[in-house]
Amino acid sequence: MAYTEEELKKELETKEYEYGFYTDIESDTLPKGLNEDIVIAISKKKEEPDWMTEWRLEAFRAWQKMEEPEWANVKYKKPDFQDISYYSAPNKKPKYNSLDEVDPELLDTFKKLGISVDEQKKLAGVAVDIVMDSVSVATTFKKTLAEKGIIFCSISEAIQEHPELVKKYIGSVVPKKDNFYAALNSAVFSDGSFCYIPKGVRCPMELSTYFRINQAGTGQFERTLVIAEEGSYVSYLEGCTAPMRDENQLHAAVVELIALDNAEIKYSTVQNWFPGDKEGKGGVFNFVTKRGLCEKNAKISWTQVETGSAVTWKYPSCILKGDNSIGEFYSIAVTNNFQQADTGTKMVHLGKNTRSTIISKGISAGQSQNSYRGLVQVNSRAENARNFSQCDSLLMGNRCGAHTFPYIEAKNKTAQIEHEATTSKIGEDQIFYCNQRGIDTEKAIALIVNGFSKEVLNKLPMEFAVEAQKLLEISLEGSVG
Amino acid sequence: MKMLKINNLHASVDDKKILKGINLEVNAGEVHAIMGPNGSGKSTLAEVIAGKEEFEIKKGNIYLEGEDLEEMAPEERAHKGIFLSFQYPVEIPGVSVTNFIRTAINESRKGRGMEDMPANEMLKLIREKSQLLDIDRKFLSRSLNEGFSGGEKKRNEIFQMAMMEPKLAILDETDSGLDIDALRIVANGVNKLRGKDNAIIVITHYQRLLEYIVPDFVHVLHDGKIVKSGSKELALELEEKGYDWIKQEAAV
Repeated sequence: MAYTEEELKKELETKEYEYGFYTDIESDTLPKGLNEDIVIAISKKKEEPDWMTEWRLEAFRAWQKMEEPEWANVKYKKPDFQDISYYSAPNKKPKYNSLDEVDPELLDTFKKLGISVDEQKKLAGVAVDIVMDSVSVATTFKKTLAEKGIIFCSISEAIQEHPELVKKYIGSVVPKKDNFYAALNSAVFSDGSFCYIPKGVRCPMELSTYFRINQAGTGQFERTLVIAEEGSYVSYLEGCTAPMRDENQLHAAVVELIALDNAEIKYSTVQNWFPGDKEGKGGVFNFVTKRGLCEKNAKISWTQVETGSAVTWKYPSCILKGDNSIGEFYSIAVTNNFQQADTGTKMVHLGKNTRSTIISKGISAGQSQNSYRGLVQVNSRAENARNFSQCDSLLMGNRCGAHTFPYIEAKNKTAQIEHEATTSKIGEDQIFYCNQRGIDTEKAIALIVNGFSKEVLNKLPMEFAVEAQKLLEISLEGSVG
Repeated sequence: MKMLKINNLHASVDDKKILKGINLEVNAGEVHAIMGPNGSGKSTLAEVIAGKEEFEIKKGNIYLEGEDLEEMAPEERAHKGIFLSFQYPVEIPGVSVTNFIRTAINESRKGRGMEDMPANEMLKLIREKSQLLDIDRKFLSRSLNEGFSGGEKKRNEIFQMAMMEPKLAILDETDSGLDIDALRIVANGVNKLRGKDNAIIVITHYQRLLEYIVPDFVHVLHDGKIVKSGSKELALELEEKGYDWIKQEAAV
């Protein structure tokens, strides 16, 4: 069945859909706190095989011996890990009875982003009165993908249905003891996505709209595993431009990408978790470990637009293991008010003729702090490795901060590493120039910021790019007064 | 019809008085030149008319077609038809000339309660005006003013002016940084835009530009005041004698 993305989009606008994953879980919330019993209970609830339970327990035991990292350039009150409930079934009861009860500010933002009324309801947690079509769009998607042999499902489902793949690859790129938050995630991950592209298959669609449907079902410890077999290609979109208000303060996700020989994975993220209010109260802590492994001639591109969260700690990385493999990182990080972001990448060159590109655009406004932290590491056997890094910072006002921490370790004499960095400020004269041409200050800032971010915005899939642009505008509203 | 009327205008920046009682009337269809030595307040006058907020108006009024501009933000003044060609146009990296002018035109239309300009109309206008100013199409996809030569910057200002078709255009030292060929092209562009419904104020140091854009009136600004007004011959006199005699006259 020929189903274009355009048609799907239309259908999504007019139809309601099922969440899919969680429908069989009726149970409640586990008590607060974390110990081996809780880890076992989570695994049981999800009816996981023993090896998975054991894997989680190993992660938990490792985590217990680890300390929360402090090297990032962020300040926050550390979460009390015994005061968190690590498992809670999705809230099936709607939070509100109608849109009138929802925070008008939130609705305003939805409108600006051009989100349909039905989807607004879904995102805000409003009871939906339309009867769902029994054949969900998600199922249609799955059918198209299944014809190509592509597996795309929740990680819980994958553990049940494709244990051999999960067992082989989970923790192979981000080991369960990798770091404090990765270990925590490995022990208690709630759900997430699993994607497998068979040999030589080019995934026929951006895995985007689908994800948007499922986004509402993912929890605070998300786990994603993407496997691209030899010569395959996939473009994967994660996140949502709509503001996500979540009661969970701590989010610690793990994403692992595996690109086998000649495969390519394009992974795009738009992150817009609740950043806290204008006074800096509340907001999500987002501590993410994302890493991809490239085999021979493989390529992984990370593209991210980070506008949300009170504290972000995130370094999507590439292990360029195979010869001639390519790693790319394109990032826009916006911080406003009291947000703090410490984000960047690691490019580890192991194979010969490996190449990496890093383009990072940091935009700071209000009293926020925005740091780029990146490591380029060239191993002794990595002949002719090349890296180009460019880190640009844009400051708005004089109470925010932009920081750059580039680390370079080259152990092979043939390595070529270039690093460029700039810092600029949105000047009064730029604003006045725009004003004089009839462009008001809010619009002028949007124009300048979009211009500044263009190289990265261009890397996003078309439909996402337009939304991301609007998101940048909204994130910076009221930042120059 | 009075396009612009300035009444006893006093303006300061950080308590430093710059404009000390400007009176000026410009009718539709006229071209006025404002000359004067460095630091006499020429650029300030241009920016005050455009509404730059760092200046404080201590006294006096500015009217555009009889409407007091005092409470109007710079963008609102632009929507009313004021255009300033900047002496030092700013760079906006990543924003192409086309994207910028499209935004400017549509925001101005929005300000006047109009719909966006249809894309085909916009393209036609761009083609027409870029030809008028001998602008290469490739130039239009470059980032606004980034890496532009002095001449390119000024030509781009006049291109924007041609696109926006203002009622009152103020050209602040548009001739500086232009070689003679560029000067001719720019002046030619400006002359094509002269009409009975709009007015132009040309701010310049030198008489040279006025050979190409012939003014109806010439005013000399000195120490924040217009100390002498006359016809285009006044410009020639200034070129010949310099500004010292004006300063002396003013001191008497």
